[in-house]
Amino acid sequence: MTATIEVSHLTKKFGGRTAVDDVSFTVARGEIFGFLGPNGAGKTTTVRMLGTLVAPTSGSAVVAGVPLDRAGAAEIRRRVSVMPEAPGLYRRLTVRENLEFFARLYGLPDRDSRIRQALESVGLSDRAQDPTGSLSKGLRQRTALARSLLTDPEVLFLDEPTSGLDPAATVEVLNLIAGMRDKGTTVLLTTHRLDEAERLCDRVAIMNTSLRAVGKPSELRAQLFSRSLSIITAAPLKDPARVFTGVADVREWRDVTSGGPAGYLLTVSDPALAAPAVTRALVAAAADVLFIGESRHTLEDVYLQLAGGEAGEKPADAKKELSR
Amino acid sequence: MSTTTSRVGAVIIKELAEFRRNRLILITAAVLPVIFLVSPTASILSLKATVLTTVLQNRVNAALFFPLLIPVFIPATMAAYSVAGEREQGTLEPVLTTPVSTVEFVAGKAAAIFAPAVGIAYLIFGVFIAIVQFGAASAVATAVLNAPQLPAELVFIPLLAAWAIWVGMGISARTAEIRVAQQLSVLASLPPVALAALLSFHVINPTFMVAAALAGGLFVIDGVACFLVARLFNREWLVTGGKAAATS
Repeated sequence: MTATIEVSHLTKKFGGRTAVDDVSFTVARGEIFGFLGPNGAGKTTTVRMLGTLVAPTSGSAVVAGVPLDRAGAAEIRRRVSVMPEAPGLYRRLTVRENLEFFARLYGLPDRDSRIRQALESVGLSDRAQDPTGSLSKGLRQRTALARSLLTDPEVLFLDEPTSGLDPAATVEVLNLIAGMRDKGTTVLLTTHRLDEAERLCDRVAIMNTSLRAVGKPSELRAQLFSRSLSIITAAPLKDPARVFTGVADVREWRDVTSGGPAGYLLTVSDPALAAPAVTRALVAAAADVLFIGESRHTLEDVYLQLAGGEAGEKPADAKKELSR
Repeated sequence: MSTTTSRVGAVIIKELAEFRRNRLILITAAVLPVIFLVSPTASILSLKATVLTTVLQNRVNAALFFPLLIPVFIPATMAAYSVAGEREQGTLEPVLTTPVSTVEFVAGKAAAIFAPAVGIAYLIFGVFIAIVQFGAASAVATAVLNAPQLPAELVFIPLLAAWAIWVGMGISARTAEIRVAQQLSVLASLPPVALAALLSFHVINPTFMVAAALAGGLFVIDGVACFLVARLFNREWLVTGGKAAATS
């Protein structure tokens, strides 16, 4: 697949502080690419560099087929659209006036129809004459998204697009972003919300000044965590070592009971193969099995592991795994 | 229409729409001119034809000086809002990611301030002269119309406005708070007004040559200020505030 964004050894220093350190990645055309990291990780700075707002200290990039340098900056701005974390709307102007201003700055030929389409796509046609200062945060975010869609950009940079939104507004915005993929727009999304990255993104990059990992959420999970089976029984097994040790494919097991029903976590090479054998062993041991299934690590576990936290090792975390 | 003209036009239209709905700007643009019109007009109309020449001279000097404050205070207030206001609303970043060049952006903002500020100043001057011609004693009206500093002051209006705009925009680009920017802008706009005051009150003899030299000097300073302000409008500086981006 053709790469729309190619980043090579990009670095940004502000004085003595390194905000982004030697970051390299590519984003394919039509891909939704998630950028995850804690506050101060350099996500926004990276987006600002790719959006030509901030000059890299070193490294290079190609955005929408145009080299990221002084000569290419204007052309990149014509091809991409950036939606910063704050919607950045003129509060005294109406929704339509805000869009009209940006349509003029881009020199769009058929402004009226573009504005109408953008408003329709975010469901704001009936609010076009409202001052944006009177809109709810969710509606302002949708207005900002409509502004980003005006130009039908090749690349859309979204910086924390659901920040501060209530769950209903978040779902609306996420659905709109998912719709971008269907139109073939490349989306680079920075977010703190791992659930939305997992739901939306084809691939994610986890960064903390430097890039820690890039890949599909499932690939990252597989790279970082061994596959395991979760088992919950009504009562503790009398001799769990005897039950589990004898089962082929079970490499190791742990008792993760923390009040309530008994819990066990089994490290296996293939949960689909191991599960029937483990079930037979449990039945033979007269265990009352409440649950047996693959224990899935979320993107949050991956994030915590890579961005500096600890994942999966605490009893509380183990319980969380069992409850999934 | 060229792309540049179109973008400058877009900025002008947007700025004027925002000014129209900004109460602080509206009050400044409406109240100040009225004050600077009422006070000198009342002062001149109260003079009788038999007034002493020195009193007449002092009143005319003061009356003709007041309207010169209009092209300073109004643009300074509006210009101070221009960038600090964008920063406060968070609109700077989305605008700077569009193809608009910094020169187009600055030119549009400056034009949106210059035209109404200079227009209001000339209007107030015109209204003042008209009221004086119809309402004041004949000798007083003649003294106002024949005041040697009057033509120079008419030339100074756009030059003072330009100075106030560049200074205000420069300060606005480097200041986070609108009120601080407005206070600093008005203060920084005063030096050329002081020079105009020296001319108005005949501390400097307002001959044609002196007025032309001062106007020429102010014109050059305005040009340099325009260049410097355009350089201040660096995308990275405006977005990061010139310091390490704390929120990344």
